Amino acid sequence: MSLKIGVPKEVHEGENRVAATPETTKWLKELGFSVSIESGAGKNAYFSDDSYKEMGVEIVKDTKKLWSQSDIILKVRSPELNPFLAVHEVDLMEEGTHLISFIWPSINPELMQMLVDKKATVLAMDSIPRISRAQKYDALSSMANIAGYRAVIEAANCFGRFFTGQMTAAGKVPPAKVLVIGAGVAGLAAIATAASLGAIVRAFDTRPEVSEQIESLGAEFLWIETDEDGSGTDGYAKTMSPEFIKAEMELFARQAMEVDIIITTALIPGKKAPELITAGMIESMREGSIVVDLAAEQGGNCTLTEPGKVLVRHGVTLIGYTDMPSRLPSQSSQLYGTNLRYLLSDMCKNKDGQIFVDMEDDVMRGATVIKEGEITWPPPAPKVQAIARPPKLAVKSPPIAEKSIAKVQEKKSSGWMSVAFMFIVAILLAALGRVAPPDFMADLTVFVLGCFVGYYVVWNVTPALHTPLMSVTNAISGIIVLGALLQVSNELSGTVVVLSAIAVFVATINISGGFFVTQRMLKMFQQPDRGAK
Amino acid sequence: MTEGIITAAYIIASVLFILGLAGLSRQESARRGNIYAMIGMLIAIVATILASQVTSYAVIFSTMIVGIFIGLYVARKIEMTGMPQLVAMLHSFVGLAAVLIGFATYIDPASHYEGVAKTIHDVEIYLGVFIGAVTFTGSLIAFGKLQGVIDGKPLLLPAKHWLNLSMILLSVLLLFIFVDAQSISSGITPLIIMTIIAFVFGVHMVMSVGGADMPVVVSMLNSYSGWAAAATGFMLSNDLLIITGALVGSSGAILSYIMCRAMNRSFISVIAGGFGASEGMAVAKTTGDEEQGEVISITTADTAMLFAEAKNVVIVPGYGMAVARAQHIVSEIVKKLQGQGVNVRFAIHPVAGRLPGHMNVLLAEAKVAYDIVLEMDEINEDFPKTDVVLVIGANDIVNPGALDDPTSPIAGMPVLEVWDATHVIVMKRSMAAGYSGIDNPLFYKENTKLLFGDAKESVEGILSEL
Repeated sequence: MSLKIGVPKEVHEGENRVAATPETTKWLKELGFSVSIESGAGKNAYFSDDSYKEMGVEIVKDTKKLWSQSDIILKVRSPELNPFLAVHEVDLMEEGTHLISFIWPSINPELMQMLVDKKATVLAMDSIPRISRAQKYDALSSMANIAGYRAVIEAANCFGRFFTGQMTAAGKVPPAKVLVIGAGVAGLAAIATAASLGAIVRAFDTRPEVSEQIESLGAEFLWIETDEDGSGTDGYAKTMSPEFIKAEMELFARQAMEVDIIITTALIPGKKAPELITAGMIESMREGSIVVDLAAEQGGNCTLTEPGKVLVRHGVTLIGYTDMPSRLPSQSSQLYGTNLRYLLSDMCKNKDGQIFVDMEDDVMRGATVIKEGEITWPPPAPKVQAIARPPKLAVKSPPIAEKSIAKVQEKKSSGWMSVAFMFIVAILLAALGRVAPPDFMADLTVFVLGCFVGYYVVWNVTPALHTPLMSVTNAISGIIVLGALLQVSNELSGTVVVLSAIAVFVATINISGGFFVTQRMLKMFQQPDRGAK
Repeated sequence: MTEGIITAAYIIASVLFILGLAGLSRQESARRGNIYAMIGMLIAIVATILASQVTSYAVIFSTMIVGIFIGLYVARKIEMTGMPQLVAMLHSFVGLAAVLIGFATYIDPASHYEGVAKTIHDVEIYLGVFIGAVTFTGSLIAFGKLQGVIDGKPLLLPAKHWLNLSMILLSVLLLFIFVDAQSISSGITPLIIMTIIAFVFGVHMVMSVGGADMPVVVSMLNSYSGWAAAATGFMLSNDLLIITGALVGSSGAILSYIMCRAMNRSFISVIAGGFGASEGMAVAKTTGDEEQGEVISITTADTAMLFAEAKNVVIVPGYGMAVARAQHIVSEIVKKLQGQGVNVRFAIHPVAGRLPGHMNVLLAEAKVAYDIVLEMDEINEDFPKTDVVLVIGANDIVNPGALDDPTSPIAGMPVLEVWDATHVIVMKRSMAAGYSGIDNPLFYKENTKLLFGDAKESVEGILSEL
């Protein structure tokens, strides 16, 4: 007997999303489940009852019947009081039902208790660990992506100018400057959207490893010089030290005077959102500027924003919508529904319409907040780090500086060694000088100086000319011909003459071949202006 | 011509040689530098010929004129892809000359040395001949390997390190016998035996080095040819030879060092040889187990399409481009793309090719402007902003395993981080591993596509599709 999935209509005011779209229900049916949906559930997301019916979904008019007949309830928002029936949604559930939705267990202890009383098994979409394997069911990321996009759209809607700079017949239009604070999923989506509209985008984050992502989206990464790394093991940022926060606030205060739009996305899990944009900064912004506070629901990154509202303070529009994903209902329902579908297909590996909550699996374990009436939240720490750290810390300080530090240290440690080495060499030389004739020592002087001159001259050769360097050194090493020339006129030994003559011959080939091939090569290295059109 | 004037000429020549090398620091001054060096050489030779003890002008002029013409002919005929061979061959000449001069000096009946001076003079001859002999045969083998006459795979004799060591010890032993010898006729035997040992040593040393290590070997032989000249200078007490030898010797040593650093290997391990045949294979198996996904192939038409849509293109040439002689067509592609407003650049790894700076020369030959040909350090940071990377006949220098796989035999070697680009197209003949025998995880990356076939035909295909 395959399990029945029920998708009720969301009752939260202004909630337009639905937990399943016609497309995702098709997949759910392929997993062997039978699916029913409350009549009108998809209406606000522009999915009609008929479109579900075409996929073979049962349309249920009676809300109570839908809740009571279902083995698995798929929802977006956590269960709450149904204002039309004046009954709490949990009370509509049968005992032992599975519920998959956003739950926020840390702020909803009463709801958790009610679900425990129902002996329910609850998978919280907000508790899925953020590891790469779990990305396909990471609904928070899907929703954050939409929120980031929508934040820019809302800002553009209230902004009195173009985003992109233009040169028109009616004059020059400067591009809008956008500052995005927090480069999580929402922040990155906002950066990408604003950049694609043509704005100049800057972004700030406490985690240095995101700088590459920021820059790859075409934004400038603002960074505070510090050793502190803001990344926690769970893929979110952690709280920073007071000094860091002070430097950060100074940065924001400077930026506030310059930019037209600020989008804040800074959230630390389980904590009140950090206050980053003060009333003073708002005052310093130009009239007509916009602040979008995506953390408004958790207290806001901006002092003056109010959750769910659009205000104008000091000529600056403050957008505090908390329902950004719901403002793009078709898109968010589609993504959320797909996240649920992937989760269910992992719970139903045999495609037989049965589910198994595998508590050994890191992802399942994390998502399951109540198992058959037992609270299993919070889960033990995940074993896998969310974002692989880059192997080198090259992001925060320019690599040259690091290298030079390393060099200095190297020198320090080998300082004594090299002094000792020089000492030994000096003694050996002195010993040699005692026995060797002065002629030899003069030659040695020339030789040592020659080596040093060669060393410094050759290090200056550009790597692009290493082949010509080899051929020219080759040619000049043909100077050995001098030795042969001096001996070729030997009158006492015919052998010496023959040997020297051969040496003159091969060394000459070397000289002329080496020089001419070098000249030929160097001729090919073109002036840039002639080469590149 | 008096001694003083000759010495003055030698001073001028040394200064000109130094200026010549210094001129190579920039492309703009390089040709002038080469001309300085030529003038220096001319002054030195003319001054020497005019010296009082040089009288047999007929022999000198006949040999030199023939030599000059042969040199000119070779320099004119050689293809730029054949530069490594030419350089290796020329090194062997210096080695041979050093050996001959060493023998000539030793048997010269006119020379008189006594006591310590004789010992030092004998040691100088001995060293000069030894270094010259190693350079001579080593360079010949290097030439053979580069030319393809000799198999490029490293020759791995059993107990080869012991073999090398015993040859060196034997040479040291012979040195004592040689220095002890009272007459030329009794000293010549150990000298000849040592020369033969040094010949064998040179052959064995280069035979045991793999193809990808050739840049190191060629630079090392370059260095040796300098030391051979310096040793000759010592034995003849000729300061110009010493200075020049020291310049060339240190230049070659620096190049070898740069090449070794670019491969993150010690000089000793390169010379010890055998890389890529023993350890490489074993490790390839262990690393190749996990993420070996499928490779995605691409056609020339699709490659051309990617190019046409791209804004930033980077081309990474390797030895494969030299082998296929594809640089001229690559240059055509670059011109065409530049005409369409695409920003095309080249990324050159220090050990790309078989000679330091080999790729730069090939691209220069194909009339690619040198300001778009960048070194690894200059371009590595730009890959994330690059739309398409085209890898032509390169493998190990774009192997991500060098950075993220500590068990890889090339771990720690700096590589071109091409995988950060949006698309990577790798031209390959087949799925065989590179010279070092290491599997390349780059091929299995999602953004990598392989364009199979002969490099020249492939680039011709791309050019016609553009």
